Amino acid sequence: MAQRARRRILPGFGLSLGLSWLYLGLLVLLPLSGLFLKTVTLTWEQFWETVASPRALAAYQLTFGASLVAALANAVFGLLVAWVLVRYRFPGKSLVDALVDLPFALPTAVAGLTLTSLYARNGWFGRYLEAAGVQVAFSSLGVVVALTFIGLPFVVRTVQPVLEDIDADVEEAAATLGATPWQTFTKVIFPSILPALLSGFTLALARAIGEYGSVVFISGNMPMRTEIVPLLIVTKLEQYDYAGATAIAVVMLAASFALLLAINLLQRWTQRRFEVRPG
Amino acid sequence: MHVSSLQLQRRTHAAAGPAPFRWLLIGTALLFLGLFLFIPLVAVFTFAFEKGAGAYLASLAEPETWSAIRLTLTAALIAVPLNLAFGLAAAWLIARFRFPGRDLLITLIDLPFSVSPVIAGLIFVLLFGRQGWLGPWLAEHDLHIIFAVPGIVLATLFVTFPFVAREVLPVMQAQGSDEEEAALTLGASGWYTFLRVTLPKVKWGVIYGVILCNARAMGEFGAVSVVSGHVRGVTTTLPLHAEILYNEYDFVGAFTAASLLTVLALITLVVKKYVEWRAHTP
Repeated sequence: MAQRARRRILPGFGLSLGLSWLYLGLLVLLPLSGLFLKTVTLTWEQFWETVASPRALAAYQLTFGASLVAALANAVFGLLVAWVLVRYRFPGKSLVDALVDLPFALPTAVAGLTLTSLYARNGWFGRYLEAAGVQVAFSSLGVVVALTFIGLPFVVRTVQPVLEDIDADVEEAAATLGATPWQTFTKVIFPSILPALLSGFTLALARAIGEYGSVVFISGNMPMRTEIVPLLIVTKLEQYDYAGATAIAVVMLAASFALLLAINLLQRWTQRRFEVRPG
Repeated sequence: MHVSSLQLQRRTHAAAGPAPFRWLLIGTALLFLGLFLFIPLVAVFTFAFEKGAGAYLASLAEPETWSAIRLTLTAALIAVPLNLAFGLAAAWLIARFRFPGRDLLITLIDLPFSVSPVIAGLIFVLLFGRQGWLGPWLAEHDLHIIFAVPGIVLATLFVTFPFVAREVLPVMQAQGSDEEEAALTLGASGWYTFLRVTLPKVKWGVIYGVILCNARAMGEFGAVSVVSGHVRGVTTTLPLHAEILYNEYDFVGAFTAASLLTVLALITLVVKKYVEWRAHTP
């Protein structure tokens, strides 16, 4: 940790310090503080009326509910995918491994357009789901599908390295002592990947809450029913209700920062686990 | 490809389970990935070519498609080099020096990632929009930022801000500065040392960051959508162009634009894999 505590003989301290803070300040901090300054111009009643209106409450419920369901789905399937990629060999594995990152690389609008077309009434998936009485496109289930898609890589990519690092010895020891494979998994493996799993879950959740591009196409955007919070902000902006848009944005930012804090704490926990484990 | 040879050496794990169980897990995982990733990927190109290659090429040749491609490239060409310069400066600063506010800087760099893209657009509307803080002054001087190209560039800069810094920093931290100190002692200038010693050492981290930054810059939708105003052929990037065509029921046109972005995503994935492979084989 103290390896750089030596005298400053390297150049560029002043330049890189000035450049970093100036750029960060102008591009990120100044515009973001404008958001809070705008909120201050609202009276408490105005603020409360906007953020606690029935339409806003319905949007929070959908955004947070669908994000939670999607993040949970990703925790289950992400763990499964990470497990399969680390532990088993099968044809096409490296291709599958590369494909997992697709939701990170694919523009969200493309994901939204494609998923909507697939799950629409006459789409490849939609026509069978419709026959079974399940409506995905233009319903809250569609929001969950889109959010599951964009959050998919998070859990896989946080759990995978931890799973790779678990020594075979530990599992062999458990097996020698008479543990069944299920016991070995739940008592030995699962506790060591839990911090990474939670960290991936929270990252997926945070991403889902702010997501816009992939959801607006598939949700159908009906107020009170399938309108997510970011869309509500856009709607208010389009009506030139800057104050209303700002008030809702502040609520969302508060939720994002709370999650960011949770992610930081979780990652610190994960790192501690890594360091404690004898090499 | 070569990564799998590393994995061959791994011993069998006791918790691998019996073969039928193993295949059940592999099957479920592949089914999930197939439904959620592979079929949508195939669908983009199927939809784009639904009415044949002629319709695809015709919609590709539309002037509005070309102006969307131009604007997308312009935004990326401005955003990537600026964020690269910032990323290198911030990584050098954080990896090489201890100073008050260092932890705060590390936290703040990630800030744009935790802000919804829509809010990223909103903050620039509040600043430069007609009713914004600087709106009256801009109007007086006939300067247009919101609903114009500068707004799109600003929104793109904001959402792609952390990528390079975040990828270069761990690489720079891991490598230490002994070579730099040697070069300086031997009389090399600061810039020469940075260009000839530091940059080659962190090369793969830089390429990785640039690739991710570029993919996001070209594909950003939410933030750009808020500041764009959707003026056809003027302020529509490729993702916005796809949206407009889709809303006008021009299915083939929308997926033609989407297919270009998907090719970009696939190239990004290939380069990313290559860089990961190169970075692990010295």
